[in-house]
Amino acid sequence: MNEEIQRKLVGIVRGIAGAGVNPEPDESLFDAGYLDSFALLDMVAGIEREFNVKIPDADLNPRRFDSLERIGEYLQSRGV
Amino acid sequence: MASIAGFGRYLPERVLGNAELARLLGCEAAWIVEASGIEERRVAEAEETVAVLAERAAKDCLEQAGVSASQVGLVILSSGTSERRFPGPAAEVAQRLGLAGVPAIDLPLASAGSLFGLALAAQLAPMYGTVLVVAAEKMSAVARGEPLDRNVAILFGDGAGACLVSGGSGELEIVDSALHSDGAWAEHLRLEFSGPVQMDGRSVILQAARRIPAAIVEVLAKQGVEAGAVGTFLLHQANRNLTERVAKGLGVPAGRFFSNIQRYGNTSSASLLIAASEWWGPVALETGDWVCFAAFGAGFHWGAVLARKT
Repeated sequence: MNEEIQRKLVGIVRGIAGAGVNPEPDESLFDAGYLDSFALLDMVAGIEREFNVKIPDADLNPRRFDSLERIGEYLQSRGV
Repeated sequence: MASIAGFGRYLPERVLGNAELARLLGCEAAWIVEASGIEERRVAEAEETVAVLAERAAKDCLEQAGVSASQVGLVILSSGTSERRFPGPAAEVAQRLGLAGVPAIDLPLASAGSLFGLALAAQLAPMYGTVLVVAAEKMSAVARGEPLDRNVAILFGDGAGACLVSGGSGELEIVDSALHSDGAWAEHLRLEFSGPVQMDGRSVILQAARRIPAAIVEVLAKQGVEAGAVGTFLLHQANRNLTERVAKGLGVPAGRFFSNIQRYGNTSSASLLIAASEWWGPVALETGDWVCFAAFGAGFHWGAVLARKT
């Protein structure tokens, strides 16, 4: 994952969980308490907005959004 | 053309409040409300089988509508928690209502079952006459087993709802429906033959928050209606926070979404018709008013049904 994508993703997480959070790339955003089921909706909306991608319903598996690394891998697979 | 002639419901007497449930689960009562909006739910007695719950809701529905059971030409029964693999409870409920010989169909879909039943009834009513749609669930029997999942255990309650759909014109015409299923998500919310309900809550919320508004927009678009023109939304009562998300997604005030989840919890497929029954009693609709039903659940199955006051 390149630094620009990581920086943007951290910004989205901070917008949801608070400016003081600092998630590690491989850290579970759920286990760390940064996201819950409903905050995940905001996370997905934030990713779509920030990266100008439409995430289809078929791709909305929470496992894809468990960590910054996994989100980065998904975005890479989408050509971001 | 098909129209709704009335609704009915039955809720078991026993109330399981958050304080009692929190003690059983080792959690905070306040957390239950925060996570779900649920304050209490009903729990059926052992002798109150799915068929018994359904029979009581059906009788209430017939009485409220002023319709004799003998006028029913088809029974559709939705339940994901019936006690047997087969036969399902539809035939027993029909027999209990004095309708032995009348065709009775089981829909073991869980949460979206009553919505699918309603949509099917609208199609079948011109052929069978009055269709009785009943949804009954004993979720308490399957939500709090081992291995215990608090996120599941807090949600569910027992109850039954019913609806009469007639083949002619009536007070609330069923105008259109949009139904969908996607088995790719079958493992994300399921009830095996043994063990409790297993739910990937994140997946369910993520999918439901998108697919419910999409189905509503789809059925409205077929009639050229905007979401803002709909006066009442009746949703499967899954989670108050989810309902608020759906309202936000549609750009509609949350107050247009009837809610009783705080008192009954999630009663799976029964919840839509229980909610409709409580809404229907005191409501005063005007000609042309739109009413939209919607549900999402295991399968995944989801959709919306649009009705209009005639």
